[in-house]
Amino acid sequence: MNAPTNHESANHKLAIEFDHASFQINGRPLLQDLVLSVKQGETLVLLGRSGSGKTTTLKLINRLLSPTSGEVRVNGQRTAEWDPIRLRRSVGYVIQDGGLFPHFTVERNIALVPRIENWTQPRIDARVRELMVTVGLSEDLLSRYPSQLSGGQRQRVGVARALAADPPILILDEAFGALDPITRSEMQKEFRALQQRMKKAVIFVTHDLREALLLADRIALMEEGRLVVDLPAAEFSRSNDPLVRAYVEAFSGLPDPKSS
Amino acid sequence: MNFLQFMMANRQQVFDLTLEHITLAGVATLLAALVGIPLGILITRVPQLSRAVLGGANIIQTIPSLALFGFLLPAPWIGERGGRLAILALALYGLLPLIRNTYAGIRGVDPAIVEAGRAMGLTDRQLLVQVELPLASGVIVAGLRIAAVLSIGLATIAAAIGAGGLGEFIFRGLAMVNNQVILAGAIPAALLALMVDFALGRLERNLGTLRLKS
Repeated sequence: MNAPTNHESANHKLAIEFDHASFQINGRPLLQDLVLSVKQGETLVLLGRSGSGKTTTLKLINRLLSPTSGEVRVNGQRTAEWDPIRLRRSVGYVIQDGGLFPHFTVERNIALVPRIENWTQPRIDARVRELMVTVGLSEDLLSRYPSQLSGGQRQRVGVARALAADPPILILDEAFGALDPITRSEMQKEFRALQQRMKKAVIFVTHDLREALLLADRIALMEEGRLVVDLPAAEFSRSNDPLVRAYVEAFSGLPDPKSS
Repeated sequence: MNFLQFMMANRQQVFDLTLEHITLAGVATLLAALVGIPLGILITRVPQLSRAVLGGANIIQTIPSLALFGFLLPAPWIGERGGRLAILALALYGLLPLIRNTYAGIRGVDPAIVEAGRAMGLTDRQLLVQVELPLASGVIVAGLRIAAVLSIGLATIAAAIGAGGLGEFIFRGLAMVNNQVILAGAIPAALLALMVDFALGRLERNLGTLRLKS
């Protein structure tokens, strides 16, 4: 099922398909023969250590990178055939610490894509306010600059910006990685609730197994540029794969405090 | 007659030459910016050109100013009027700081921010105008400041080829062995340079805070 090798896979329910996609730079393979797909409405978590190829995988979706062999399809169309600008505007992208423009206010940051898509000003204003509610921010913050926000607030603005033009696909790269544990946990729960309403195709990159289990419908574990397992979230912890076992052990329970 | 009395007695001429000086340096800096900033942007887009462009601007900078005036003298149209020639020569000197700072300023923008913009679907042009240039503006203004101050100083030499400006007093003073006449040119030129330096320095600091808002 998760090997969409035939080119007639006009199955438009598949929002994102990696078809034996590889990427290498200067002869160094960063991603090898990836076969993976995400349906509309599904949340896939890419789990793996730093350098395992997770971010490379994301960048192949919005064509910040192009596969050196194989192909990547978005809504059934090869990314190479998409106009990269149109493609990127249909894929919301959230990065760690928001990646906000420091010289734009919160309002202008969120309105970025609607503005370049030439929405009317009243429509932009309405959308920005709607999004502030969606991500749980007060409208008072609209005129602030990113430097005047807390880490959690910046991250919320980053999510709002990615959602602004209502893209069908959302990709998040360690989106909550820079947050303190409490804020992080809040954001995870809110994001899960949000996704249950939005039903977008989501790929969420993390190295945190807890986060993966909380958010994912499916978990794909990567290591050294290869996909190790791709399992429904409910089955992941029961896998016998040694790398999965290593992850599960690393995250099992809290340590006993040292007693001296 | 002391210096101040000399200045008062010749105030009309001091005023005219200062104005001429501002025109020479101002037009030259403007020209340098109109050419240098686009060139600086170009070499961030076509990095293969960066060595040639920066190297060329560097070489121009090493030509002694009097020699550069001399080289340009036989040029058609430009060589006919001292003013034109001086403006061209000063603009050439202003190129290096503007090209270099534009290039460095854009290259210095946080790559994560540029990539975020690209990932949002900004076109290259939108990325440049909305993200890179605003975030590089402090560094670009620093280049403009260097070019302007350099022009004001070098413009004094333009009097040697009949371009006017405050250098007239300096050369006349040298010929007359009269320090007051030299100072009548040198002091207003120095004050002009300080004022421009101060004003552009303030602008640079205000724009520089944009970068810190990350």
